[in-house]
Amino acid sequence: MILDGKCPTGPIEQTWDKHRFDLKLVNPANKRKYNVIVVGTGLAGGAAAASLGELGYNVQAFCYQDSPRRAHSIAAQGGINAAKNYPNDGDSIYRLFYDTIKGGDFRAREADVWRLAQVSNNIIDQCVAQGVPFARDYAGYLDNRSFGGAQVSRTFYARGQTGQQLLLGAYSALSRQIKAGTVKMYNRREMLDLVVVDGVARGITVRNLVTGELESYAADAVCLCTGGYVNVFYLSTNAMGCSVTANWKAHKKGALFANPCYTQIHPTCIPQAGDYQSKLTLMSESLRNDGRCWAPKKQGDNRPPNQIPEEERDYYLERKYPSFGNLAPRDIASRAAKEQCDDGRGVGPGGRGVYLDFAASIKRLSEDTIRERYGNLFEMYEKITDENAYKVPMRIYPAPHYSMGGLWVDYNLMSNVPGLFVLGEANFSVHGANRLGASALMQGLADGYFVIPYTIGGYLATIKPGQIKEDHAEFKKSADDVKKDNEKLLSINGKRTVSDFMRELGGLMWENCGMARTKESLETNIKKIPALREEFWKNVKVTGSGAEFNQQLENAGRTADFLEFGELLCRDALHRNESCGGHFRVEYQYDDGEAKRDDVNYCYVGAWEFKGVGVEPELHKEPLKFDNVHLAVRSYK
Amino acid sequence: MSDHKTMTLTLIVWRQKNASDPGKFETYTAKNITDHHSFLEMLDCVNEDLILAGKEPISFDHDCREGICGMCSQVINGAPHGGQERTTVCQLHMRKFKDGDTIYIEPWRARAFPIVRDLVVDRAALDKIIQAGGYTSCHTGGIADGNAILIPKPVADEAMDAAECVGCGACVAGCPNGAAMLFTGAKVSQLALLPQGKAEAAARVTAMTETMKECGFGNCTNHYECQAACPKGINVKFIARMNREFLKAQFC
Repeated sequence: MILDGKCPTGPIEQTWDKHRFDLKLVNPANKRKYNVIVVGTGLAGGAAAASLGELGYNVQAFCYQDSPRRAHSIAAQGGINAAKNYPNDGDSIYRLFYDTIKGGDFRAREADVWRLAQVSNNIIDQCVAQGVPFARDYAGYLDNRSFGGAQVSRTFYARGQTGQQLLLGAYSALSRQIKAGTVKMYNRREMLDLVVVDGVARGITVRNLVTGELESYAADAVCLCTGGYVNVFYLSTNAMGCSVTANWKAHKKGALFANPCYTQIHPTCIPQAGDYQSKLTLMSESLRNDGRCWAPKKQGDNRPPNQIPEEERDYYLERKYPSFGNLAPRDIASRAAKEQCDDGRGVGPGGRGVYLDFAASIKRLSEDTIRERYGNLFEMYEKITDENAYKVPMRIYPAPHYSMGGLWVDYNLMSNVPGLFVLGEANFSVHGANRLGASALMQGLADGYFVIPYTIGGYLATIKPGQIKEDHAEFKKSADDVKKDNEKLLSINGKRTVSDFMRELGGLMWENCGMARTKESLETNIKKIPALREEFWKNVKVTGSGAEFNQQLENAGRTADFLEFGELLCRDALHRNESCGGHFRVEYQYDDGEAKRDDVNYCYVGAWEFKGVGVEPELHKEPLKFDNVHLAVRSYK
Repeated sequence: MSDHKTMTLTLIVWRQKNASDPGKFETYTAKNITDHHSFLEMLDCVNEDLILAGKEPISFDHDCREGICGMCSQVINGAPHGGQERTTVCQLHMRKFKDGDTIYIEPWRARAFPIVRDLVVDRAALDKIIQAGGYTSCHTGGIADGNAILIPKPVADEAMDAAECVGCGACVAGCPNGAAMLFTGAKVSQLALLPQGKAEAAARVTAMTETMKECGFGNCTNHYECQAACPKGINVKFIARMNREFLKAQFC
């Protein structure tokens, strides 16, 4: 099937405005008749629930945490992009659009990216009005910093806690609507199924994580704002509860999964210290404004960093990419770090690390300035590693961080299942094969504040509200299916724990489908993952019962879904015989090691249809057209 | 990775099946723990052993494990988050403990935080305080340019100091009165400092402090335990600022 993204046509700078006018509206007095479910309360979900509630829709919002304020958007450190051009350095909506398309290695839809760039400026204004304390200069104006993949300073920030502050802004707007009664908030609920009636999304089944009860909720539209899936690698920068579960359940009910192989490995994370480790911690990309990446020139050089003289250091990013230097995009910086380590020049335990050195900046600007800019990050680094990065360079290594792939959506953010909308990291729409720094916050808030409030109306205006209620047979069937799965997990009583399985799956994914992928490594995974899945369902041990607070059962369900999803990710990576962005196939590279795209055969979105567990999924394609940018080899040299 | 020396620790952990169970302390041994284990990773190891022995693992709240989501919440040896300055439990590392140590682990204890299970508590009361007024009543869209209001750097910085609160509730757990004054004071102050929040300052402080009382939180008697327990180092001066805002609101 050839998919249609339903993008508006005509001059790109008019597309969103024209589309907004063409969308049908729901009369203000009729809005309260429509129920909308929002799953997830991060930047996309929090902003969507608050904005839809304010418009007058009846919103039911769900999160698995104990409060909507804890969604993982909160951990974003560095900043949020907008095309304000306050520094007068040549920024524009067009440039943000162009940088994002190019940064994504020409694998995103033009119209979606244009809209993102266009509304980026509204986001900053919105957040300021909410009381987000963005950094200001002494005159009182908003301050900017630089991020990777751009040669302008367009990143707005709140110390090293931009995600936290933006999320608390959305959370406060959401809290206001909860108080007003337009949003009903359900904490500690995990979505375990999408309820589809006659091909249309009509509600969800959730598990009340405190009581263990399964609950049904019907609605006229369901918005999934459920984040990304890089915990499939087990060790990642994601929160422990981040999973593919909500998306995977929707996928199993008919929603297409697009470009799952586009995963972002972030170049600057604290290296792994041991086998017991539960997560990896990001050190913000903003550090590369003032930190210089280097590795010793000599292989196996284990002198302390300050005893390695300047001429024996390889500032590899500055050498390889002189025009972007340390601010090369993430996929490129990650591969370059891996290259140094594969060459035997890595530092720290196991040689899996490179230095991020602030000595030059401290000398140029003073330690106080660096402390003011990144103090909390240096503090966090010290807590984890017991090293003082003002004195010795940080050791960093790439780690899974973000998923560009996600459920397929059209220009209205609606999936191929009518009534199912997907926002933020959970969809695939704007980042192509690689996301630029400070663009995730921008997308989450764009989708939640400024896209879904318009596009959902276009859908709701075409349906009658309240046609299906919780007493419909499909809700009971869905709850019964979930109950059966849970009971099965609890009854196996095998010999291996849930995290033991998850660790093994993560190992396979990282080894064979991580920063570098080959036909052979992917075929290995496509063989090994189903075998691991089979063992899981025979040999996992989950204690306790389903009728109580049971974190092992929660994790078991998430792991079961990752064990199915991991195979799809590998299949997508195997089918895409090219390298682009975060998807690097060793067979497809230029002589200098840069990714080699194949625009003749792979300039499309690959969206997979579920056909059954262990059954080969069916690929559908949405061709990508570029009318406003020229398809070129991405160069940051 | 193998050069770390290992420790063995005795854990005395609060176990409680649900809100109505009386609960009790149980003793466990944590083995093969290195300096580089985080406190929660140490508990992960203990839980793996418990599961394999067919016993129920210890329930505890956690999510981001990088000190920002505010989910983790344990009183360790009597101190919320373990007593290391400006540190959440998830950022506390085992190098702060010695081989052979005995560690007491308890949930947040406060009237406003009922226990869900073991170390997990219900902090919905903090959400209620924010819902009472912890926002500016701006609409989505139709907002003036972000630079239309000038906010001097010292004001923005001070608002940010207050805004760093992660909403974990350690201030409540640390306070002998079970007060949420630091939590509430931080939000009241952030918004009262900024021009965007001034318009509703009086109504906000009145509604938020009222809700604080209704939720069963105590009052402030200047112990400053909240500041000591706060993983973000929120200063008690924000309680003073809230008190000033509260007084001002009586005369509007």
